[in-house]
Amino acid sequence: MSFVAHLINGISLGSVYALIALGYTMVYGIAKMLNFAHGDVIMIGGYVVFVTVSGMGLNPLAAIIISMAACTILGVVIERVAYRPLRGASPLAVLITAIGVSYLLQNVALLVFGSDTKAFTNVVPFPNLELFDGQLVIKSVTIVTVIVNVIIMVGLTLFVKKTKIGRAMTAVSEDKGAAQLMGINVNGTIAITFAIGSSLAAIAGVLLCSAYPALTPYTGSMPGIKAFVAAVFGGIGSIPGAFIGGILLGVIENLSKAYISSQLSDAIVFSILIIVLLVKPTGLLGKKVQEKV
Amino acid sequence: MKKKMLSLVLAGAMTAALLTGCGSTGADSTSTADGTTNEAAAEDAGADNADAATDNADASDAATDAAEDTGAAAGANGTFKIGGIGPLTGGAAVYGIAAMNGSQIAVDEINAAGGINGMTVELNFQDDELDSEKSVNAYNTLKDWGVQVIDGCVTSACSIAVAAKTAEDNIFQLTPSGSAVECVTNPNSFRVCFSDPNQGAASAQYIGEHNLATKIAVIYDSSDVYSSGIYEKFVSEAANQSFEIVTAGAFTADNKTDFSVQLQQAKDAGADLVFLPIYYNEAALILKQASDMGFDVQFFGCDGLDGILGVDNFDASLAEGVMLLTPFAADATDDLTVKFVTTYNEKFGETPNQFAADGYDAIYTIKAAAEKAGITADMSNEEICTALSAAMTEIQVDGLTGLGITWDASGEPTKEPKAVVIKDGVYTAM
Repeated sequence: MSFVAHLINGISLGSVYALIALGYTMVYGIAKMLNFAHGDVIMIGGYVVFVTVSGMGLNPLAAIIISMAACTILGVVIERVAYRPLRGASPLAVLITAIGVSYLLQNVALLVFGSDTKAFTNVVPFPNLELFDGQLVIKSVTIVTVIVNVIIMVGLTLFVKKTKIGRAMTAVSEDKGAAQLMGINVNGTIAITFAIGSSLAAIAGVLLCSAYPALTPYTGSMPGIKAFVAAVFGGIGSIPGAFIGGILLGVIENLSKAYISSQLSDAIVFSILIIVLLVKPTGLLGKKVQEKV
Repeated sequence: MKKKMLSLVLAGAMTAALLTGCGSTGADSTSTADGTTNEAAAEDAGADNADAATDNADASDAATDAAEDTGAAAGANGTFKIGGIGPLTGGAAVYGIAAMNGSQIAVDEINAAGGINGMTVELNFQDDELDSEKSVNAYNTLKDWGVQVIDGCVTSACSIAVAAKTAEDNIFQLTPSGSAVECVTNPNSFRVCFSDPNQGAASAQYIGEHNLATKIAVIYDSSDVYSSGIYEKFVSEAANQSFEIVTAGAFTADNKTDFSVQLQQAKDAGADLVFLPIYYNEAALILKQASDMGFDVQFFGCDGLDGILGVDNFDASLAEGVMLLTPFAADATDDLTVKFVTTYNEKFGETPNQFAADGYDAIYTIKAAAEKAGITADMSNEEICTALSAAMTEIQVDGLTGLGITWDASGEPTKEPKAVVIKDGVYTAM
């Protein structure tokens, strides 16, 4: 019974990683850059909901929509101001800029909201699911997170495959120069990618904070790193890979905490990542792309 | 080239933003702290005048405010200079200001009652901004002023830094709230509060003596010296007690949001009490997650849990029934606490926390030791230090943070631990 409970808690943790990893993988898949500020956009999304729900007393659903709008704008602004000017620069410069943006967001949040922890109000209003006379409790936020994950995964896949903008994104990710020659607005397409990625971050922020209701300026950074690992684990750039990688990472983390050592769980998680990458460098579902010469 | 220039400018702007961010935070807290201090000083002066107008023949009524030099008998035998050091600005300003205010109340009471051996007590409290180098600077300032006894520092790291200096200079040091083991390793340094490891032992004894539980689970932060220090001592003391520790779940600073595994293990092991030697931020999450998984159990913590009710938007009903070992509960009904809380509220407009109580007790401890040792104003610092260090092991102090506190030569206090329970959303004495 306790094994099942650990498994469910692992899925609960993993579903949050998966949701964040979807945003990472989306931006990486199209723009071919690691947006390390993603975790901090999640944190900002959480604060927007906190302020609108607890401070202004708005309906949680309205708050989530406001938060998504705020994060979308934030994502587009970050892309326009910090990343677009570096489009031709080396990937390392872009990576460093992303880390800089991440620190900027953390410090702005520190300045505005202070360093003390805010207790987040759970915005998922459903009761927890109790099985076997309360011996096994599945949190409603876990169920909602998994469902949201599946909806987003299917939605993103359809969007990329079926819509005009989605196909433009695929084109941009394969070859920016050629895409431009075909009449695709490369900058616009990448801006839309960031907009979608950031609005996903807002949803991830709300569900992360509902599951683990402590909001600080550093809330997003550790889950952000874990989610990045999950994205690499599942095969970065692959949308279903992010989901599977996230869930697996959460389950492995919780089971190693429960049965091996609660202090070594991170070390075990990262060792498994190393082994997977040694055996299959593209990750579980990653595709090997042939470079044309 | 243009792109490069732009990126440089942007990078510059970002750095500037970071610097501005830090700068203005500092300025903000400085002005708040100053405001409080000035206000307090102004109120002091007001009260002093009022007192001077009336006769203060009734020197036994120590609760009244008194001017430092208008005490009935005080001043006849010179002055006794106590120097305080603590963070009055910056992130830990809450602690330093509270200790300063608590100390000031004690000094005013003592002067109104005739001072120490007829000497008027003067308190000069310096800011260390929670920085060990600045605490040494503050100490040097106090030495120039002619300090005879150090009441500080308020925080552990600063206390350790200053302890090295006081040992060199032979100046007696009593820290109100420096809890790290190293704060009192020198023969001239003592403390009022429990040390970190002693909190672990005291918790185990308290749980054992009051038969609170038979099976205990511990959740602690193995990456934090405060938490792991308490945990280790708790485990070794538990061997002498009637309960057993069934699980011990550690977490680290990188892994402090999900406690489902530790709680599940505690639940599976049938624990009837969960001991939390951690800070309140993580404890708030643990309470929430335990409630989510339907794990209804007694929680017990140390002074790190003090503050859990102050977490923004925290659902106080989750903390209902949580017990914590803390030296001071502002709502305790004994005369000393009631009088202190009333005076503090009148003078500073807020309810005192445990640091204020530690500061208050520190001054009375110095008084007790000075009277025992027969300190006079013409003694040198070295003589005072030797006499006080010897007297410390012979005195017994009834303070806010414990009755009948005694010290041994190691500098550690021995006192009955006090526990509070959270009832109807407030800390209630048990």
